[in-house]
Amino acid sequence: MNHRVVARLLGRILIIETIALALPLTVCLIYGEAGSAKAFLITMACTAAVGLLALRVKAQHKQFYALEGFVVTALSWIVISLFGALPFYLSGAIPSLMDCFFEVVSGFTTTGASILSDVEALSHGLLFWRSFTHWLGGMGVLVFLLAVASIGKGDGHELYLLKAESPGPNVGKLTSKVGKSAKILYGLYVVFSLVEVLFLLAGGMPLYDSLCTMFATAGTGGFGIKNTSMAFYQSYYLQGVVTVFMALFGVNFNIFFLLLMREFSQAWHDEELRVYLGIMLSSIALITLNILPIYGNTFEAFHQAAFQTVSIMTTTGFTTTNFDMWPEFSRSLLVLLMVAGACAGSTGGGMKTARLVIALKSVKKEISRMLHPRQVKILRMNGKQLDNRIVKGVSLFMTAYFITVAASFLIVSLDNKSMVTNLTAVLSCLNNIGPGLDLVGPLGNFSSFSNLSKAVLTLDMLLGRLEFFPVIFLFNPAVWRVRKRIHEPD
Amino acid sequence: MRIIIVGLGKVGLALTAMLSREGHDLVVVDCDPVVLQNTQETFDVIGADGNGAALGVLREAGAEFADLIIAVTGADEINLLSCVTAKKLGCAHTIARVRNPEYVKQLSLLKEELGLSMVINPEDSAAREISHILQFPSFIKRESFAKGRVEIVGLKIRQGCTIIGKPLSELYRESKVKVLVCAVEREDEVFIPDGNFVIRAGDKIHVTAETNNLAGLIKYLGIPMQKVRDVVLIGGSKIAFYLARRLIVAGISVKIIEKEYERCVKLSEQLPRALVINGDGCAQKLLDEEINRKADAVVALLNIDEANLVVSMYLSGLGVPIIVAKIDRTEYMDVYKNFGLESIISPKGIICNDVLQYVRALCNSAESSVITLYRLVNDQVEALEFRAAKDTRYLGVPLAKAPIRKGVLIACLKRGSTIIFPSGDDSIQLGDTVIAVTSGERTIGELNDIYH
Repeated sequence: MNHRVVARLLGRILIIETIALALPLTVCLIYGEAGSAKAFLITMACTAAVGLLALRVKAQHKQFYALEGFVVTALSWIVISLFGALPFYLSGAIPSLMDCFFEVVSGFTTTGASILSDVEALSHGLLFWRSFTHWLGGMGVLVFLLAVASIGKGDGHELYLLKAESPGPNVGKLTSKVGKSAKILYGLYVVFSLVEVLFLLAGGMPLYDSLCTMFATAGTGGFGIKNTSMAFYQSYYLQGVVTVFMALFGVNFNIFFLLLMREFSQAWHDEELRVYLGIMLSSIALITLNILPIYGNTFEAFHQAAFQTVSIMTTTGFTTTNFDMWPEFSRSLLVLLMVAGACAGSTGGGMKTARLVIALKSVKKEISRMLHPRQVKILRMNGKQLDNRIVKGVSLFMTAYFITVAASFLIVSLDNKSMVTNLTAVLSCLNNIGPGLDLVGPLGNFSSFSNLSKAVLTLDMLLGRLEFFPVIFLFNPAVWRVRKRIHEPD
Repeated sequence: MRIIIVGLGKVGLALTAMLSREGHDLVVVDCDPVVLQNTQETFDVIGADGNGAALGVLREAGAEFADLIIAVTGADEINLLSCVTAKKLGCAHTIARVRNPEYVKQLSLLKEELGLSMVINPEDSAAREISHILQFPSFIKRESFAKGRVEIVGLKIRQGCTIIGKPLSELYRESKVKVLVCAVEREDEVFIPDGNFVIRAGDKIHVTAETNNLAGLIKYLGIPMQKVRDVVLIGGSKIAFYLARRLIVAGISVKIIEKEYERCVKLSEQLPRALVINGDGCAQKLLDEEINRKADAVVALLNIDEANLVVSMYLSGLGVPIIVAKIDRTEYMDVYKNFGLESIISPKGIICNDVLQYVRALCNSAESSVITLYRLVNDQVEALEFRAAKDTRYLGVPLAKAPIRKGVLIACLKRGSTIIFPSGDDSIQLGDTVIAVTSGERTIGELNDIYH
């Protein structure tokens, strides 16, 4: 592996993080929070120092292949989380380092799982940073780097970074250049974010709250700044706006690009979008019917069902009500939606609708082949032939997914909590959702887990956000080995 | 610029590599998904899968919005159809590769009727380059500027040459010919030398000179100048045909060795004055028999790089004075040089120069955009020709005072019919033809790019 190039890229990422940290610092200054401001200043100094040091590394060769792409992606997420956790620790808001790291990884991976029982006790600056990590992590830090700076010159290695960080079975570029594609993605992201803030402001939400809510919606993260999450805002309008935007941010951004290019029919006929909306709408309908007896009012039941379904399916994790009290059918359906997740190429997590579609198609094909052993059939998606590698990639993903769930579930069970708690905690972290059921339900939090469980769940969040493989490569010793030829002195 | 490249063969890939390095927006089209995938992983380009002459595929590749399409598939007909279709869709400029000798006569007709911007023929270009070398065997490379008035030539300084150990200023004074050494290749390094630069044995120098002064330079350097009379071409490929045609016109006798009988018959039909021999060009016996002591030069044009290398090495052992080998894999250039092969021709490299020149000029609509472009020394150095226009900056300012970039050398000025090898006191005037040599990282598309 080319360590020097990796170090240089990490340096650039840290410089971007330093600049990002200036925002919560400003918030601290506005609200006159000296303690938090000091924590942010020290963090910025450390981040900038390490970043500049890494940038001083001179790369002898520019080799950059798939391996380096994966390693840079995984490492940069770990490194930004380490530095991003410092403000919480330095300000004394969260005394345990493990808890700080858990909270920030939960932020960057847009999970929204928290170890805090009293969120409102945090200063404005810290809460702002906590939500802002969602926004940064949603579209990806490396994608941001690709959008603002040119890395390499015409060689395809930027594609490795885009592929390693963006979710989905088949990541492609929108345009012929990676840099331009990344700019378009961030452009759309920023525009949608601003529109949401305007809608929230129009509903009478204060600016600070609207910004934090927007960060959590856009990244499909789910950190609330109130102890009762979105239930605090008792307004159908505000909760409705958040529902619509959660659903929008769960859509593949390629669709928005197609709309921008005025390819309306192609966007409308997109199979993934149709399945995504289909699952969403039918789940809302089923849950509405199921919880109707509790609320007694069709509109209220529909409103709650829609908010919770969209929030869980897009892996945001905002709550307006304690859905842990809902009937068993609704709870089970929500757990399944956790696994399904949002569209590929969105800011959401989970298994991704595209993967489900591909998996179902290949199952259908295999069944048909059992009946007609000599059948020749090509799998298609949106009218285009599906490459065999993509289909294989999906089954590989599923295998990795279930192994991770099984292993994490076993380790977390050591804490001797209920099975529902353990399983939904793992699923919630791996799919980057936030709340689960029982102890980790909408009213609970993750603070009661042991440090080992927290470490496993943190790892699950990273595995889920980066879709396993970049993180798994870090555990392969061959990646780290510096190769020396025989006869070459050390 | 938005460019579509149809066909990812040798030439297509070389063009993709070069144009993506120059920062253009590239869409590549090929019907082999594996090649397409690999290309997208190696370069920052996007791919479209399918037949590049089909309307649907061209639409997908965005031909409506493209500035240029370069069709370089294996089939001339597909290339032409692809260009015509793209043009109808709204692609502004089209370049097609047409290399079948049978179409040569209708090239200008095709170009005009189909509205092509440029027709490229790598084989003919390679033949042109080889015939240049053969006609002036002392040069390892020879390119011309300013409508042939000025040339840039590559020379190897052999042991015992008069100039070794002397600074270049002495060469300029003693030789009494007006020349300028604009690049020196020493092992892996390239220098853009000044007057104090000292030449060593084994250096390869690139010299700008007026065409009729070249003979004087050669004489001063003591490089033997003999005319080539007998040339043997090993392999009867398309290049062999084009080359033989050129050499025969120049009065050089040509012998072609080709393995396939049918091909021999055809060559003999097309080239009545060439001696065509049916036999394996790699067979040692045949080489000994046909080349013996008489051949002045041998050109290895077999389809396989390795065969050309081995044959060239064997012949150089036999003492054939001039050996030119056609090699497609230019990545290993240094290895070939270690085997003592100086003259290596790669058709795709030559075509890349031609296309690059066109693209750079297209990018810069300025009057002073590049007219001619050559890449020397493994593409590390570029020699460019411009015309100074009204919008050129620092007109009339002495060169010593103009803020010229590091690594850029003004090699030559042509004012009216006089050729000037400029010193620091000279200046660029309106209407001058300027030849600049650069080793800089920055791409230079128009004359103003040479300044800070």
